[in-house]
Amino acid sequence: MRVMVFGKATEDSKMDGPPTPEQLEAFAAMDRFQEELVKAGVFVAAAGLKNSAQAKRIVCEGPRRTVIDGPFAETRELVAGFSIWEVKDMDEAVAWAKRSPNVMPGKSEIEIRPFFEAADLAEFMTPEELSVPREGERGKLGVA
Amino acid sequence: MTAGETHQAIEATFRIERARLIAGLARMVRNVDLAEELAQDALVVALSEWPRTGVPDNPGAWLMAVAKRRALDALRRDKMRERKHQEIARTLDETRDGAAEAIEAAMDDDLGDELLGLIFTACHPMLSPDARAALTLKVVGGLTTDEIARAFLSSEAAIAQRIVRAKKAIAKAGLTFEVPRGAERAARLPSVLEVIYLIFNEGYAATAGDDLVRPGLCLEAQRLGRILAGLLPEDAEVLGLLALMEIQASRQKARTGPDGAFIPLTEQDRARWDHLLISRGLDALARAETLGGDGPYALQAALAACHARARRAADTDWPRIAALYDRLRVVAPSPVVDLNRAIAHSMAFGPDAGLRLVDEIADADALRDYAPLPAARGDFLFRAGRLAEARSEFKAAATLTRNARESAFLLARADACDCKH
Repeated sequence: MRVMVFGKATEDSKMDGPPTPEQLEAFAAMDRFQEELVKAGVFVAAAGLKNSAQAKRIVCEGPRRTVIDGPFAETRELVAGFSIWEVKDMDEAVAWAKRSPNVMPGKSEIEIRPFFEAADLAEFMTPEELSVPREGERGKLGVA
Repeated sequence: MTAGETHQAIEATFRIERARLIAGLARMVRNVDLAEELAQDALVVALSEWPRTGVPDNPGAWLMAVAKRRALDALRRDKMRERKHQEIARTLDETRDGAAEAIEAAMDDDLGDELLGLIFTACHPMLSPDARAALTLKVVGGLTTDEIARAFLSSEAAIAQRIVRAKKAIAKAGLTFEVPRGAERAARLPSVLEVIYLIFNEGYAATAGDDLVRPGLCLEAQRLGRILAGLLPEDAEVLGLLALMEIQASRQKARTGPDGAFIPLTEQDRARWDHLLISRGLDALARAETLGGDGPYALQAALAACHARARRAADTDWPRIAALYDRLRVVAPSPVVDLNRAIAHSMAFGPDAGLRLVDEIADADALRDYAPLPAARGDFLFRAGRLAEARSEFKAAATLTRNARESAFLLARADACDCKH
């Protein structure tokens, strides 16, 4: 199964200016962890995200669209980076996530979300519906 | 955390460590069976201690230390009948009460190497490809005998026997579980790659109605391929095989229709291809090509990449595919490659080019009664406007294939020749 692993930000995890020695060390530990994931055949993809000062939110209310500029206050809900892993089950994903170094100062959270698989959609979609060609959709990572 | 959850968490941790644990132990005791048993013993100890103490910081080193102690006890019980055993016991003693860090450091040096050694041993060319596949799935992939049997549409007893025989053969040959170096590695690597690709294709051939373990074999092979690429990142063929599997797997959801019928590559809905796998495959291929990748797997991956890069079937770079087949034919000659080469040339340079090449190989023994040969010839003739000849080729192909759907498809093509008259 494929899972997306979100690394959440902490209030102190701003990345302004050059990284501190502590941050560099934390990045090195993260590199070693990623390397371990690669060697175990678990790693599929990963990316880090810039902090919320560079982010924008689009609020949709009926036909209305409002754009809100970052930074956003509720840091604990902010995603700082994500990885995609291929694991046998959620237990394996949790066991790996527990080994992740904490690159944030203080408390931080990792969230694991399984991808929708064809079997999950089978309850409310027929195989025919699932296989309707959807021209132009490219770069999809899952079935939904 | 409830007791049940702890149990689950421990088993998940154990699964992550299992292959490396068995690899390290197998090299020490020179016996796969005993290594599996020792690893299992270590799990039992972990299940009784970790709920109380918590999972240690380095669970792999902890499990290895426990298993080594067990190995030592077992050898002592054997009263050190052989000098070899004494040597092993001495090495074990040295690390016995060592600090966790010391064990960890020693393990870090060897871990990847030991796992690689186990893979090379399980895939030793003296074993049949089927035996290699079963043993590799068992000791490296961690599949149960029952799962392997279901995956290969075989009985559990047959698979169990295959594995026992393979282990015995390894013990009898006195294999040391070392990673072969230099020329020996080059000679033995193909038998490793062959098995991983065999496992992949077994999964790829699975149909919608099959037990889920069967399509799961593709993932298992991809994982093995990724592990191998992590351990041998400088080998172009390892990367080539990985690229080939990632790109082929990317088409899995697009290659069958809702009724389970096979959809050929050129007719697949390319929006349904898994572009994450494609980008991984293209990345591995690029690394293989940087390393001069010109072996059969790198070339096949390059062929698969030509299709993966085309946004529409009409965009396919057929001249490049034809050139790659020209090369593949030299590196890995086979009548099937010759036939595919003829098809590629017909797509790149017109039906007459295809006919010329297919006529050169029409007498090959391996292609006698091989339906794709007249089917391809029929297609070339059809496109060249020689409809009567095309019709008889399609009919001949239809009688040769044992697949009912394929036969219906070929007969329909034969009929289409009449319509055009």
